[in-house]
Amino acid sequence: MGKTIINKSSLSISENGLEKKTSSKRLEVLKTYKIYIGGQFPRTESGRYYIPVNAAGKKLANVCLSSRKDFRDAVVSARGAFSGWSGRAAFNRGQILYRMAEMLEGRKAQFIDELIQQDATKAKAEKEVNLAIDRLIYYAGWCDKFQQLFSSVNPVATSHFNFSVPEPTGVVSIIAPQDDSLLGLVSVIAPVIAGGNTCVVLASETKPLCAVTFAEVLNSSDLPGGVVNMLTGKPSELVSWFVDHMDVNATIYCEKDSITQKMMREKSALNLKRLTFYDKVNWYSEEGQSPYFIMDTQEIKTTWHPVENIAGAGGGY
Amino acid sequence: MAAGSLTMLPDFSISPRIDQVGVEERASRFTKRSIKKEAKMNGLLLVLNMIDLTTLEGKDTDGKVKQLCYKAMHPHDAVPGLPTVAAICVYPSMVKVAKKALGDSGIKVASVATAFPSGQAPRDVKIRDTKYAVNEGADEVDMVISRGKFHAGEYNFVFDEIAAIKEACGEARLKVILETGELGTFDKVRRASDIAMHAGADFIKTSTGKIQPAATMPVTLVMLEAIRDFYYKTGKMIGMKPAGGISKSKLALHYLVMVKEVLGEDWLNNEWFRFGASSLANDVLMQIVKEKTGVYQAANYFSVD
Repeated sequence: MGKTIINKSSLSISENGLEKKTSSKRLEVLKTYKIYIGGQFPRTESGRYYIPVNAAGKKLANVCLSSRKDFRDAVVSARGAFSGWSGRAAFNRGQILYRMAEMLEGRKAQFIDELIQQDATKAKAEKEVNLAIDRLIYYAGWCDKFQQLFSSVNPVATSHFNFSVPEPTGVVSIIAPQDDSLLGLVSVIAPVIAGGNTCVVLASETKPLCAVTFAEVLNSSDLPGGVVNMLTGKPSELVSWFVDHMDVNATIYCEKDSITQKMMREKSALNLKRLTFYDKVNWYSEEGQSPYFIMDTQEIKTTWHPVENIAGAGGGY
Repeated sequence: MAAGSLTMLPDFSISPRIDQVGVEERASRFTKRSIKKEAKMNGLLLVLNMIDLTTLEGKDTDGKVKQLCYKAMHPHDAVPGLPTVAAICVYPSMVKVAKKALGDSGIKVASVATAFPSGQAPRDVKIRDTKYAVNEGADEVDMVISRGKFHAGEYNFVFDEIAAIKEACGEARLKVILETGELGTFDKVRRASDIAMHAGADFIKTSTGKIQPAATMPVTLVMLEAIRDFYYKTGKMIGMKPAGGISKSKLALHYLVMVKEVLGEDWLNNEWFRFGASSLANDVLMQIVKEKTGVYQAANYFSVD
């Protein structure tokens, strides 16, 4: 990709006769960074790509420049995966998130290497990967517990058993943080899928390597195809599609860009999407993880269940 | 009737052989056309207007059929000026309900008949089935051919049966379902098409929708070419109805391209071309709204048939 290395092998005749000499330099096999839709790794339908560079000016890779049609396809996958994922036992979702953490642990070295390529120091890269793994474990634990915390049984005057429980909102579109390209990414995806939603994620534009590799982790960790869909490309081009698609129920945005935020507020009103801005969160701190992040993409459903009014049993529920 | 006007019927056992590789290659070419903006919008409206909105389930009720008829007349009232669908396709027992619900909207009522979908019944039962549907008010009859007899080589039986049903139809237009998924090869599809057209079919139709595979582009191409050859030979136009498995607008537009390039514009209206589908209508509506608003749509905002 990108560069061509011409590998010359030469033949020379020694005194002993014909002797074959091969060059010790081999062609490096560069990885193609593709997007992740519905459990497959297609190239963008647009055929476009871009080349992010690091601070030292080194070209990182050829990365897909996704189009609105990739997003459209990803939403179809996410919608298709929703009933299966939200219908799973919460405990099973926890198992799968834990499995994701295990797979990430197994490929730690690769993530550290990619973060270093994207300008992180070794110490910072190691810290970021470790925290990302721990964050998956954290949300794996919450999968079957946040419901108890945020559900309630409500006292009502009539003879009804009245209770409220959180339910996943549906398909969530996420524009992942630009800076913390692995930790930020994991921190926004994990609570969304822990709660039973499916999502379409736009990775960091300038630092996309970890996102694509993380998609490979997802693909090998029992997560059903379509639950997480990963696109790479320019937020400036895609945000408006992320926020005005009628089949998306919630959108998460992590930048402080107030003009974009205003545009998103207006467009999200079209189908009354939930819109959440994580523009002040420090993903490295304690406040970077909390069950309240799960609740940001949950709906509260209240049920009035008629019960017999038993004489003398009193009111309440 | 076509058969009567011909001095001699062809020998159906020597219907043209079909080059499978060639047909599949040709059919795939139709999917490479780029149809955008205004042409796409006109195509979508045409597709909507060509749909035979179908419900053929054991669990159909009067209420379900009435609801479907309302959908046929008012596909999506949020967008003014949309065309209606072409017809409602139901079982004979539901014809009266559909006819009444549709009133003078101009939408046709098509009824399947002849022991649909298997066609495994004696001829007199099939004829009574057809007459019942027509008496109830069906404008069009969708019959199935006897695939078992066809496979056994009893082409005369199949021919006579179609001719008998055509007679029972009276004024109603007859669509002949070949059930291509059960025929096996393109050669047999071509042969069955020739038999149906010579026996008096007004339309030939791919499938019942109960068997997989249903309509595909290659099999439809084979049938369109049979129609074209028949037209050149007799001067009589025959309609085409692919049914089953066409649920996306894009695919439907590919079919329109195919019809235009094989048969020409004379066939590009609901008099001569239909889509048998139930979920296609909503996808077309979603695309129309997307084109008008610029915003991708969600199924939640469109009526469930």
